[in-house]
Amino acid sequence: MDDFIAARSQMALSLGFHIIFSCIGMIMPFFMAVSHFKWLKTGNIVYRNVTRAWSRGVAIFFATGAVSGTVLSFELGLLWPEFMKHAGPIFGMPFSLEGTAFFIEAIALGFYLYGWNKFNKWFHWFTGVIVGVSGLASGILVVAANAWMNSPAGFDYVNGQYLNIDPIAAMFNDAWFSQALHMILAALTATGFAVAGVHALMILKRKHIQFHTKAFRIAAVFACAGAILQPLSGDISAKDVAKRQPVKLAAMEAHFKTEEKAALILGGIPDEKNDTVHYALKIPGALSFLAHGNFKTSVTGLDAFPKDVHPPVAITHYAFQVMVGLGMLMLLIAVFYFFTLWRKRSWLEKRWLLKLFTIAIPVGFIAVEAGWTVTEVGRQPWIIYGIMRTRDAVTPMPGIVYSFYIFTAVYVSLSVIVMLLLYRQVKMVGKLYDVA
Amino acid sequence: MLYVVMAYLWASILLYVLMGGADFGAGILEFLSTRKSKDQTRRVMYRAIGPIWEANHMWLIIAIVILFVGFPVIYATVSVYLHIPLTIMLLGIVARGTAFSFRNYDAVKDKMQVVYSKTFMYSSVITPLFLGIIAGSAVSGKIDPQATHFLDAYIFSWLGFFPVSVGIFTATICGFLAAVFIIGETKTETERQRFIQKARHMSLAAIAAAVLVLAAAHADNIPLAHWLFGNPVSIACVVLAAVSLIWMWVSLFRGSTRWLRIIAGAQITLLLVAITYEHYPVLINLKDTEGLSLLIHKGSDKTIHALAVALLAGSIFILPALFYLLYSFNRQEEPVAD
Ligand code: HDD
Ligand code: HEM
Ligand code: HEM
Repeated sequence: MDDFIAARSQMALSLGFHIIFSCIGMIMPFFMAVSHFKWLKTGNIVYRNVTRAWSRGVAIFFATGAVSGTVLSFELGLLWPEFMKHAGPIFGMPFSLEGTAFFIEAIALGFYLYGWNKFNKWFHWFTGVIVGVSGLASGILVVAANAWMNSPAGFDYVNGQYLNIDPIAAMFNDAWFSQALHMILAALTATGFAVAGVHALMILKRKHIQFHTKAFRIAAVFACAGAILQPLSGDISAKDVAKRQPVKLAAMEAHFKTEEKAALILGGIPDEKNDTVHYALKIPGALSFLAHGNFKTSVTGLDAFPKDVHPPVAITHYAFQVMVGLGMLMLLIAVFYFFTLWRKRSWLEKRWLLKLFTIAIPVGFIAVEAGWTVTEVGRQPWIIYGIMRTRDAVTPMPGIVYSFYIFTAVYVSLSVIVMLLLYRQVKMVGKLYDVA
Repeated sequence: MLYVVMAYLWASILLYVLMGGADFGAGILEFLSTRKSKDQTRRVMYRAIGPIWEANHMWLIIAIVILFVGFPVIYATVSVYLHIPLTIMLLGIVARGTAFSFRNYDAVKDKMQVVYSKTFMYSSVITPLFLGIIAGSAVSGKIDPQATHFLDAYIFSWLGFFPVSVGIFTATICGFLAAVFIIGETKTETERQRFIQKARHMSLAAIAAAVLVLAAAHADNIPLAHWLFGNPVSIACVVLAAVSLIWMWVSLFRGSTRWLRIIAGAQITLLLVAITYEHYPVLINLKDTEGLSLLIHKGSDKTIHALAVALLAGSIFILPALFYLLYSFNRQEEPVAD
């Protein structure tokens, strides 16, 4: 493995690790707040127990999210110094605001975790809401920074110089809205399905049914609402990509030749040498419709761009298919669940329904990772789209491979320990939380 | 507005040294405690830093963000030439942060506790050691952008007598700050006496380490004496720090601890003022060339302006909330995590 590939892999690994914790950090506080609210309103002790159990889980995730985020803010420089030298002052605005959001989140979390029975109960509840709101804010901000890499704005690029820098315009670049919206819904869906699934599993095992049922209901409703909105937001994203990064869209869809009434390609194996896709299912006109809202409009294909700015087509295409496929799966589950709530309440007790949710535990997170693969790999070979190549941004220091190995070992062991802690947390529900 | 940004950078470095330092120091004290008293140290320590420990480490993030938004060239240069110590420090931060909360939140208390505690203690020593090494190498002019050889560019930029002794000094300072901080949080007289004892030991260690730094500066031809005594402000700081050291010693031996935290905080602040005043506006000294100045290597004016506004606006939210957090948990009996 050469150092450049190692640097990219290390970045991808760190981000892929961090995103799981940040999704949970953005969404869990809201689940907690709902359950906490129900406890304060109804006085049903089970809700208090659910809130407490969740808040302990969140504390574990928060710590891991915070340290992996700290690593990232250094890694931007450690791995991509040339990029940061120029990009820092342009796309740094969201990061400086994000600092505030993190700070507030950390302070509010201090109040929330250590404040049981110490403050006015509504003040205490409110600090929990603040944790969630500031988490969401930091998520939106950092995605705006990433959006700038996809859709650079707020400067003039003249002879290799970055002039007339306007950090506010850079923050509100063309991609920030569609990406931030899609990311938040993704976090909601992924966290919701994971949490609902874990509680469903425990109900199936007939452990502390009351406790887990209440927890399941809260998470499942949020998850399903997210899953229904997600394809709509994904459609906004796709139309947006078609406009600002046509080459990425072409790679996502494995769309090699520019044509009118472009077909949507499902599955298949892209063959980048011969510019075709083997064994795919083609739906004529559908891609034109999805990208531009009209079955006839021409869709730019990869052939419109020189080979040296093509992103890796196969990875982007597979990742996109995985994301959309899993999105559709979750959409089905969601529609089905709402139908159950509306018409067939008796199904709620059925084991197959719970099993369905158990299977969906990892699905949302797999879709999140796939989606980010689409966005980031689909941007290659650029680190700043159309302006700076990733290869030109990498650190001159040799030996990044070793750093990659070390971080891989660290992240793998952290993942194992976090899983173990979570397992224990769930196993101990009876002892710790299911007491009246 | 540039001065606002620089003030924030300076203040967040100072606060990280004070608050983050006390936090690291807690782990160092645990490391140095005898086996019997480890549990006790841990309990008092947890009570003292539990609610604020996340916030303590935010200062580092603020400093880094200010650097990469406001002074990108400085951030990029440091990232390239100090890649290795920065990475080690990061690994320390990761190990420490996760071990601390895993230890507390693991629902089953079994052998894993030993693993968490060991990790926590070792990384509490390693992280400030490398922080100090990074600081030492940044001021000492060991970074050589002209270097062509791997060792010169990426190893000897930080691996030297002087940076390492600054690292050791930093670690002892952290231990000292932690002991002083925790004295104020103790609940019983025996606990209090134990931590007074620790504070005495750590202050001796810090003085020994300071001597080591002076020796290293001499050996490495670093004009440390000139930085400390080269201008009236620095001299004043050093003298004040020395006087307060005597005051502190007297208090420590008398067992009166009322002013301790303030004195300790003041000493660190004076030390930072003394060093930075002489270096200002240079943040990073380089070998054989002009150092990297905050006044020259800054981002565009608009960026600096926006950054300053963001920092000022952020403070309006953060500072009251932070003070209220510190205040509420200071008044209270036993903050127990849930
Ligand atoms: C639960 C996760 C999830 C689900 C079910 C979906 N997505 Fe997604 N998608 C993401 C999670 C995600 C993501 C991880 O959050 C990304 C990466 C960057 C971003 O902004 O969101 C993303 C990116 C992303 C992009 C690229 C945006 C860009 O590069 O700027 C497009 C075009 C879509 N998605 C489209 C869709 C469509 C049409 C879906 C239909 C079902 C869909 N996504 C479901
Ligand atoms: C957390 C969600 C994210 C994930 C999972 C993710 C994933 C990835 C992946 C897979 C790569 C490697 C692409 C390749 O080399 O082929 C990458 C590169 C990179 N990403 Fe992201 N990314 C995320 C968000 C962000 C954000 C928010 C930023 C910055 C604001 C960012 C900055 C970068 C940089 C600087 C690189 C390296 C340069 C490059 O390969 O283009 N990423 N990311
Ligand atoms: C799309 C990608 C990202 C999202 C949605 C995101 C979101 C979040 C959230 C919600 C948190 C709070 C931690 C928690 O509650 O567990 C967090 C932590 C953090 N993130 Fe990210 N992040 C992303 C990528 C990045 C990148 C690229 C960086 C660095 C440049 C970064 C830096 C940090 C830092 C420093 C923290 C720690 C803050 C603390 O101590 O609370 N994040 N992130």
